[in-house]
Amino acid sequence: MILKFDDIGKALVVKMSGELDHHSSEIVRIKIDNKIEELGAKNLIFDFAEVNFMDSSGIGVVIGRYKKIIQYGGKVVVIGLSPKIKKVFEIAGLFKIIDEYDDLSKAVSSI
Amino acid sequence: MFENEMKLEFPSKSENESFARVVVAAFAAQLDPTIEEIADVKTAVSEAVTNSIIHGYEGEVGVITIECKIEGKKLTVVVSDEGKGIEDIELAMQPLYTSRPELERSGMGFTVMETFMDSLKVESTPNIGTRVTMVKEFKSI
Ligand SMILES: Nc1ncnc2c1ncn2[C@@H]1O[C@H](COP(=O)(O)OP(=O)(O)OP(=O)(O)O)[C@@H](O)[C@H]1O
Ligand SMILES: [Mg+2]
Repeated sequence: MILKFDDIGKALVVKMSGELDHHSSEIVRIKIDNKIEELGAKNLIFDFAEVNFMDSSGIGVVIGRYKKIIQYGGKVVVIGLSPKIKKVFEIAGLFKIIDEYDDLSKAVSSI
Repeated sequence: MFENEMKLEFPSKSENESFARVVVAAFAAQLDPTIEEIADVKTAVSEAVTNSIIHGYEGEVGVITIECKIEGKKLTVVVSDEGKGIEDIELAMQPLYTSRPELERSGMGFTVMETFMDSLKVESTPNIGTRVTMVKEFKSI
């Protein structure tokens, strides 16, 4: 799993590449939380475009960051969901708390 | 009817989660599955193996066994461990139930397995182990 961070002012964009499972989730969680703290990021945009596998460990990662971000009144949104990742999001009911956008610019303007 | 089977044993290390799902996917490939069917099987296997690692062995190293059987267009996958076991299987299988919320588990693993496969059976005895049996019929011709 490779993580790329982009601080676009309004939000922290987290671009993930690879497989989000239990093995990778521990380090992903730590790296994102450290970045949120370092930048004092208020909002978070998850870019899943290059995530080719995700199971319930990924659900835990997304919900965990959501809980952190909403404490300070921020927002978490997602972009780049492939059909198979979307299926996992749907089963977990993640769209009740997190909105999905077609691209980065739409995600940014939603915040 | 075409039949085939395989058995895989490996230590409960998290590095083996991706190994396990790729092996089962490769075995299932002889059924000419669709991309979606293969993704479903991979996700379900990942859930069962991760459960054995996190809950069954609780981070200690034990053996996880995967047995796969092909009968015609039907794939049966059995994931078993000799770990801690489950006291109340009905409760464990409820969506959102997790015994480890502090590990950011969401309690959705069994629900994912149930949704992505055609059937799911969980057998478990405390201190003896857990055996998860999943079946999927492939639609491709
Ligand atoms: N192999 C196992 N050995 C012992 N307990 C298990 C095993 N598999 C599941 N369990 C128990 O069943 C519960 C529910 O499992 P499930 O996979 O649905 O959720 P989870 O693993 O807690 O969370 P998630 O899968 O969403 O990360 C677990 O919290 C655990 O208590
Ligand atoms: Mg689980």
